[in-house]
Amino acid sequence: MGDRALDVASIRKDFPILEREIRGKPLVYLDTAASAQKPRAVLEAIQNFYQNSYANIHRGVYQLSAGATELYEGGRDDVQRFIGAKDRREIVFVRNATEAINLVAHTWAEKNLESGDEILITALEHHANIVPWQMLGERRGTKLRVAPIDANGDVVMESFEALLGERTKLLALTHVSNAIGTINPLKKMIELAQARGITVLVDGAQAVPHTRVDVAALGCDFYVFSGHKLYGPSGIGVLYGRLAMLEAMPPFMGGGDMIETVSFEQTRYAGVPQRFEAGTPDIAGVVGLSAAIRYVEGIGIEAIEAWEQTLLAHANRVLGAIPGLRMIGNARHKAGLVSFVLDGIHAHDVGTALDQAGIAVRVGHHCAQPLMEIFGVPATVRASFSLYNTPAEIDALAAALGETREIFG
Amino acid sequence: MDELRELYQATILDHNRKPRNFRVIEEANHHADGHNPICGDKLVVFLNLTEGRVTDVAFQGTGCAISVASASLMTDFARGKTLPEIEAEFERFHQMVTSSPNSQIDTSALGKLAVFAGVREFPMRVKCATLAWHTLRAALDADGSVAHTE
Ligand SMILES: Cc1ncc(COP(=O)(O)O)c(C=O)c1O
Repeated sequence: MGDRALDVASIRKDFPILEREIRGKPLVYLDTAASAQKPRAVLEAIQNFYQNSYANIHRGVYQLSAGATELYEGGRDDVQRFIGAKDRREIVFVRNATEAINLVAHTWAEKNLESGDEILITALEHHANIVPWQMLGERRGTKLRVAPIDANGDVVMESFEALLGERTKLLALTHVSNAIGTINPLKKMIELAQARGITVLVDGAQAVPHTRVDVAALGCDFYVFSGHKLYGPSGIGVLYGRLAMLEAMPPFMGGGDMIETVSFEQTRYAGVPQRFEAGTPDIAGVVGLSAAIRYVEGIGIEAIEAWEQTLLAHANRVLGAIPGLRMIGNARHKAGLVSFVLDGIHAHDVGTALDQAGIAVRVGHHCAQPLMEIFGVPATVRASFSLYNTPAEIDALAAALGETREIFG
Repeated sequence: MDELRELYQATILDHNRKPRNFRVIEEANHHADGHNPICGDKLVVFLNLTEGRVTDVAFQGTGCAISVASASLMTDFARGKTLPEIEAEFERFHQMVTSSPNSQIDTSALGKLAVFAGVREFPMRVKCATLAWHTLRAALDADGSVAHTE
């Protein structure tokens, strides 16, 4: 079994924050889906960069700047390798997944979509993959269509296929649901869309940290994710775009670094990806992301995935035994997270009770209010698992949930 | 979990389980919606105001134990009160739940509402405790308005 390959005890030592106590109890961090904790390798890479190698990039003729540029561009190579892109120019650095989606909405979509054109999303989407398309609709008159899910939280494939229509120009869908963990049958869905000439954007915010992603094999046009969920720093994210797509796109923001020549009469835009990276970027963010990718590669994404699946199976077992606990989302293929409600106890109260036990979970609608409405709950408790979590932590969660039930009895 | 029991006093749990004044007032002459976008809590407060005095008040909605109990106890308090009396009580209540955990507070003027003193240990929960009050004030200020905790 691959899961045994992971030495969790030693991995935990890589994450200094896991030594912290919360309210006198050891921190049990079960909110990696919101943001991952950072290994020492990432913290040290950032510290070392600022201390020894910092300068602005792409401008100085001096050695320090050339060195910083090399680190920054090296980060692009790391991302390219990690997600299987064919060309390093297909990697655009942005702030986060949200910005990447908005970039596509403001460039590719503005240029190519017109009034009456349809954008298909799924009922599983995070607000980040709903709101930019609604805003586009306000500007452009495009329509948003939503592929429904069944009671388990799987997209209903017949409906999905039927919604890929004459006017559908873009399929924008999540790889993995942040709220209920559904892993979409992405390859199949992309094929169905592309057979009809539909452009595909994938929100990979919850997938990249947990499973092997190969954008070239998937064949999607755009793929986005955030560094902070991949054990990297906050403030750095990635837009992958197929080269031909990026090259045909107008710039996003104007400024320095995204031009070839500027006169007051006319500006010639730079090629890709510089055209989409106006202004001084989060250089240290890229250095940190680069270190995070190497850290994950060192452990092996397959081993991480197997461990998280082991934790998921354990959670289903011990939480499933708690009376009055209802799982929200039982998709065929699920990422390492559980979303649930306790009968008669509001998720917000559960969150406060768990915090007393040092357990950090997310409670609320998980930026997926339409999805919560489908399940008829205002909020859920979500525990999400990562390479540094242990079955004992899930047992601690189960015990604290038991105590919570006693208090609210 | 001592602080937890401090927060979730028996009175609060009781009002959460069996909220008082939990109904619609069909012919209410004032009402407002309250919404806490962080946790999705939604309340509607209905009331009848006659010659500056609240003659009837009730609420509907969903929320966590703190926000439901707060709405329940608030409606109990507000019935029969004048606007200045309600304002003064809200002032005291707000001060109590937002005061620093280590400061001395005098809850004697607050009566039953003093059970929410534990909220000050939980800054993330202050909005839950005050949602009903914000909604009540919105209902009194302008009819049909929406109160937000943000
Ligand atoms: C599925 C999904 N998409 C998009 C996002 C947005 O990520 P960010 O806030 O880093 O832009 C998240 C973050 O929670 C997410 O889970």
